[in-house]
Amino acid sequence: MIEIKELTKRFGNKPVVNNVSVNIQPRAITSFIGPNGAGKSTLLSMVSRLLDADTGEVLLDESNVKKWKSDQFAKRVSILKQSNYLNVRLTVRELISFGRYPYSKGRLTDEDEQFVDQAIDYMNLGDMQDKFLDELSGGQKQRAFIAMVIAQDTDYILLDEPLNNLDMKHSVQIMKILRKLVDELGKTVVIVLHDINFASVYSDYIVALKNGSVVKSGPTNDIINPEALREIYDMNIPVQEQNGCRICVYFNSH
Amino acid sequence: MRLWMLIIVAIILSIVSLFIGAIDIKPSDLLDWESQEMQIFLISRLPRLLAIILAGAGMSIAGLIMQSLSRNKFVSPTTAGTLDAAKLGILISMLFFTNVTYTQQVIFSFVFALVGTLLFMQILDRIKFKDVIFVPLIGIMYGNILSSITTFFAYEGDLIQNINSWLMGSFTLIIAGRYELLYISIPAIILAYIYANKFTVAGMGEDFAKNLGLSYKLVLNTGLILVAIIATTVVLTVGVIPFLGLIVPNIVSLYLGDNLRKTIPHTAVLGVVFLLVCDILGRIVVYPYEIPVNVTVAVIGSAIFLILLFRGRAYAK
Repeated sequence: MIEIKELTKRFGNKPVVNNVSVNIQPRAITSFIGPNGAGKSTLLSMVSRLLDADTGEVLLDESNVKKWKSDQFAKRVSILKQSNYLNVRLTVRELISFGRYPYSKGRLTDEDEQFVDQAIDYMNLGDMQDKFLDELSGGQKQRAFIAMVIAQDTDYILLDEPLNNLDMKHSVQIMKILRKLVDELGKTVVIVLHDINFASVYSDYIVALKNGSVVKSGPTNDIINPEALREIYDMNIPVQEQNGCRICVYFNSH
Repeated sequence: MRLWMLIIVAIILSIVSLFIGAIDIKPSDLLDWESQEMQIFLISRLPRLLAIILAGAGMSIAGLIMQSLSRNKFVSPTTAGTLDAAKLGILISMLFFTNVTYTQQVIFSFVFALVGTLLFMQILDRIKFKDVIFVPLIGIMYGNILSSITTFFAYEGDLIQNINSWLMGSFTLIIAGRYELLYISIPAIILAYIYANKFTVAGMGEDFAKNLGLSYKLVLNTGLILVAIIATTVVLTVGVIPFLGLIVPNIVSLYLGDNLRKTIPHTAVLGVVFLLVCDILGRIVVYPYEIPVNVTVAVIGSAIFLILLFRGRAYAK
C-alpha cells in the first residue's frame, strides 16, 4: 500500500502541496481531481520520487520511498508523465522493451521478451510494433507508452493526465484499458484527470485537491454529488444518473 | 543500409587512402621492408589512415551522445562550445606554463572541454524555449564567446599563429609520433557502446529515466566526460573538424532511429566513411598539393546539413 503522510511542497514561499495525507487503496483506480494549480501533478511526482517533498513522507510497503533503491522502486512503481512530445525515434517495440530496463538493464532475456510480447498483445499494438513512434497518432503513441509501463510490470501505475490531447474515442479506449489493468491484472492505478466525468465513470476512489490541500477523498459516489462538487470547484454542478453512471452536467452551470 | 555494406565501403576507401599522395606507392613496393616507399607508408600513410578512422568514429559518436543527452538533434561538439572550450584550455596551458608539456596541454584541454560542455548543458537546462534551431544557435554564440576570449589572450601572448593551427582540422601533419593521443579515444568509444542503453533512456528525459530506475545525473556526467575525452584528443592531434558530429548521427537517425545500441556502430563507420571521402577529395583536387580536411568537410557537410534542415525539420522536432 502507498500511504501519503503530511506531505508539503513549496515552490518559493507558496505551498503547492500543503500537508496532504491520503492512502492509496490497492487494486483500484484512484483519481486525483481538482481545479488548475491544485497540486495534483506535484503530488503525483512526489509519490513517484520525481520530486522531493519538503516535509512529510510517502510510504511504500511501510518504508519511505526515498529509502528504496532506484531499480527496486522501478519494479514496484511506474510513472508516466505527459509524454506526447517525446522526440526520440524509437520503434514501438524498442520503447516497450525499455520497460524491462529495471530488470535487465537493456539486455533482454527470454522472460523479458515474453513480457514485451504480452504488453504488445494487451495493447493491441502487434501490427505497428516496428513503426517509429513519430509515425503514430496521439492515441497510438499513448497506447505504446502504457504498453511500456505494462511491460515494466509494476504493482502501481501512476499516470499524469494521460488523456491530454486525445479525442473522445481514444480517451475512452485508454480508460477502459486502465480499468482492465485493475480488474484483470490486479494493478493499482493512480491517475491525474481533468475531466470529472471520466473520473466519475471509471474510478473507484477520488481524491479532490484544491489550493494544495485535500478537500474531499473517498469512494467515487461520495464525491460525485452536487454538495461535494460545490466545495471542490465553487460551481453548482447538477449530477445525473445515466446507465448507472453519474454524469456531472457542468457546461452551463453558474 | 546495412552495417556490412558500410564496413566494405570503409575498407575500400581505407585502401585508396593508403595509396594516394605526392609520392607514388605501389602495393608491390611494400614487399621490401627496407624500401623508401615502405618507410613513407609506415611513417605517414598508415598513421594518417588510423587518425582519420579514430577521429571520424570518435567525433561522430561524440555528436551522437550529445544529441541524445541534450535531446536536441542539432547539438554537437561544434555547436555547443565543446571544441572552443578545448582550444581555450590549450591556450591557457600555454600562458600558464612557460615550457608547456604535451600532458599539461591534454589535461587543460580536457578539463576545459568538460567544464565548457557542462556549462552549456546548464544554460540549456535554464532556457524555456527549447526549439531545435534556437538551442544550437545559443551553442554557437556561446562557442564564439569562448573563441573570442581565446583570440584575445592569444593576441596578448603572441600565440595567434598557434591557435590558427588548431582551428584548421587537417591530416597533413599527421605522422608516426604525432597522432598516438587519439588512441585514448578507443576506450571512450567502447565505453560509449557499453553505456548505449543508458544514453538512450537518458535521452528520453529525466522523468522517464528516473521512472526506469536510472541514475540520470551519473549517466549525463559520464556521457559528457566521454565527449570531452574524444573532443580533446581530436583537437590536439587533428584540429577542429566541423559538421562531422552533427550530420553523421542525424543521417543514421533518419534510417535507423535513436536506439543507441543499434545506431552507434553505424554512426562510427559512417563517420569514418565520410571523413575518408573528404580527406581523399582534399588530396586529389589540387594534386600533388592538399586542401585541409576541414575545408572539404565544411563544403560537403554544409550542403548535407542544409538538406537535413529542409527535409528534416518535421522529424527533428
